[in-house]
Amino acid sequence: MSPVTPTEFMTIAAARALSNDDVVFVGIGAPSAACNLARLTHAPDITLIYESGTIGTAPEVLPLSIGDGELCDTAVTTVSVPEMFRYWLQGGRISVGFLGAAQIDRFGNINTTVIGDYDTPKTRLPGGGGAPEIATSCGKIFITMKQSRRGFVEKIDFFTSFGHGTGGDDRARLGITTEGPVLLVTDLAVWKPDPETKEFTVVSLHPGVTRDQVQETCGWTVRYAETVEETPPPTDLELTTLRDLHARTHAAHSGARPTAAA
Amino acid sequence: MAQFQDLAQAIAENIRPGDTVALEGFTHLIPHAAAHELIRQQIGDLTLIRMTPDLIYDQLIGMGLVKKLIFSYAGNPGVGLLRRMRDAVENGWPRPIELEEHSHSAMAQAYEAGAAGLPCAIFRGYKGAGLKAVNPNIREVACPFTGEALAAVPALRPDVTVIHAQRANRRGDVLIEGIIGVQKEAVLAAKRAVVTVEEVVEDFADLHPNACVLPRWTVAGIATAPGGANPSYAHGYYDRDNAAYLEWDKIAADRDRFLAWMETHVLKARPEIFQDRVAGLRRDAA
Repeated sequence: MSPVTPTEFMTIAAARALSNDDVVFVGIGAPSAACNLARLTHAPDITLIYESGTIGTAPEVLPLSIGDGELCDTAVTTVSVPEMFRYWLQGGRISVGFLGAAQIDRFGNINTTVIGDYDTPKTRLPGGGGAPEIATSCGKIFITMKQSRRGFVEKIDFFTSFGHGTGGDDRARLGITTEGPVLLVTDLAVWKPDPETKEFTVVSLHPGVTRDQVQETCGWTVRYAETVEETPPPTDLELTTLRDLHARTHAAHSGARPTAAA
Repeated sequence: MAQFQDLAQAIAENIRPGDTVALEGFTHLIPHAAAHELIRQQIGDLTLIRMTPDLIYDQLIGMGLVKKLIFSYAGNPGVGLLRRMRDAVENGWPRPIELEEHSHSAMAQAYEAGAAGLPCAIFRGYKGAGLKAVNPNIREVACPFTGEALAAVPALRPDVTVIHAQRANRRGDVLIEGIIGVQKEAVLAAKRAVVTVEEVVEDFADLHPNACVLPRWTVAGIATAPGGANPSYAHGYYDRDNAAYLEWDKIAADRDRFLAWMETHVLKARPEIFQDRVAGLRRDAA
């Protein structure tokens, strides 16, 4: 088997944070890969929910969109979008919201709206979608994204969804009762918020990753937990399952269709 | 009461320049054939509402027919950005557009409020979110019983809602199956509704009693448009054309290439081409 790539490492480390009992609101992209890998390995009974209304879905390939038909075909039930956001998300039924981001700051605040000024943006990004309420209504938030100076910034250009604000008890002061970001898994490290300041600190480095690498790809001064561990490497089962999932997904999305039996 | 019409007639009779129009369908059942007819008829100055603008709004915006967009996620799902919309926002090409941006939760609940005949939607949302500062239609109210601060947004009440559905029966009732999104709310919130369908059947035999059916008296015009959701999909009929979504990213990246594509595939095309496009995407195709 070829060596594990940083992206694969990220997905596998993120998947491990999920358990069988979790009810997860799944963001598209890296979070979707991690959630489905968890389902295909150690958490077969995990409940995956996509914002299109599919509850308890188990797709064979990763969906390109949050509303691919297979999500509905394999779901326990499919509800309307207003019901999804009112009863299930706002109603407090979801334990984990799993998000990606274009920009993130040290307190887990996320920007997917604009780069630059809102009215005259340098780059207009897609916007928040479900994220503003996912960030405040799910029991807790996991985030997964690759590290880069563009993405890990001192100050985000727009508060698409609220993490820990300026830190400390900022969430509570806004009347938010959920935990917010509790985990950030990147291609280099695993981060968790400091219990007091709520600033993300590195709790484990992936094998072979140096502190210099973490700092070079992060726009703020990186802080470390008192004990920094080494992230356990992927098992063969995790890596094989992830690669098979990606291979099936690639075949399905490139337009390759099953050929008819002769 | 639902009138069976051809697509051109259904669009011409129900949508006028300057209207507020919602073309809905949450990834699934996006009314592409109807949007292309709207473009062919050059009905402009539209205020468009849609949770996830998708390719059809990229096309309407790129053709200069849109003055304002009310939305919550302007991406090409799973692919990236909407490049024609970006060009309009960042460079004013082919014309500037006004944006009113919300979250999904707000949009979904604003449609629901529209359908429910309420002036606004009230919900727990936008806490700490930057949109509050840039969208004056996001406000706050106190719960009269608990004092909790809640978000409020105006109800959505389109002049016209356009959706695509699997089938209608001969009476004009409309059946939607699979990911039903926000279509029922969007239709009931609107003054008029136009529906394109994959097929018209004699009756809805063996339908589950809780199926999502819009009775004929909630719909103004029904047009048969087989394949009309492509490259989106129609559950039970044909799959999503993911490759086309990936391809759109390249087409929309360049103004000239976009205009050439629109000329060939929309302006000089007929609704019937959608049927051919989905031929290879049907479940029984191989």
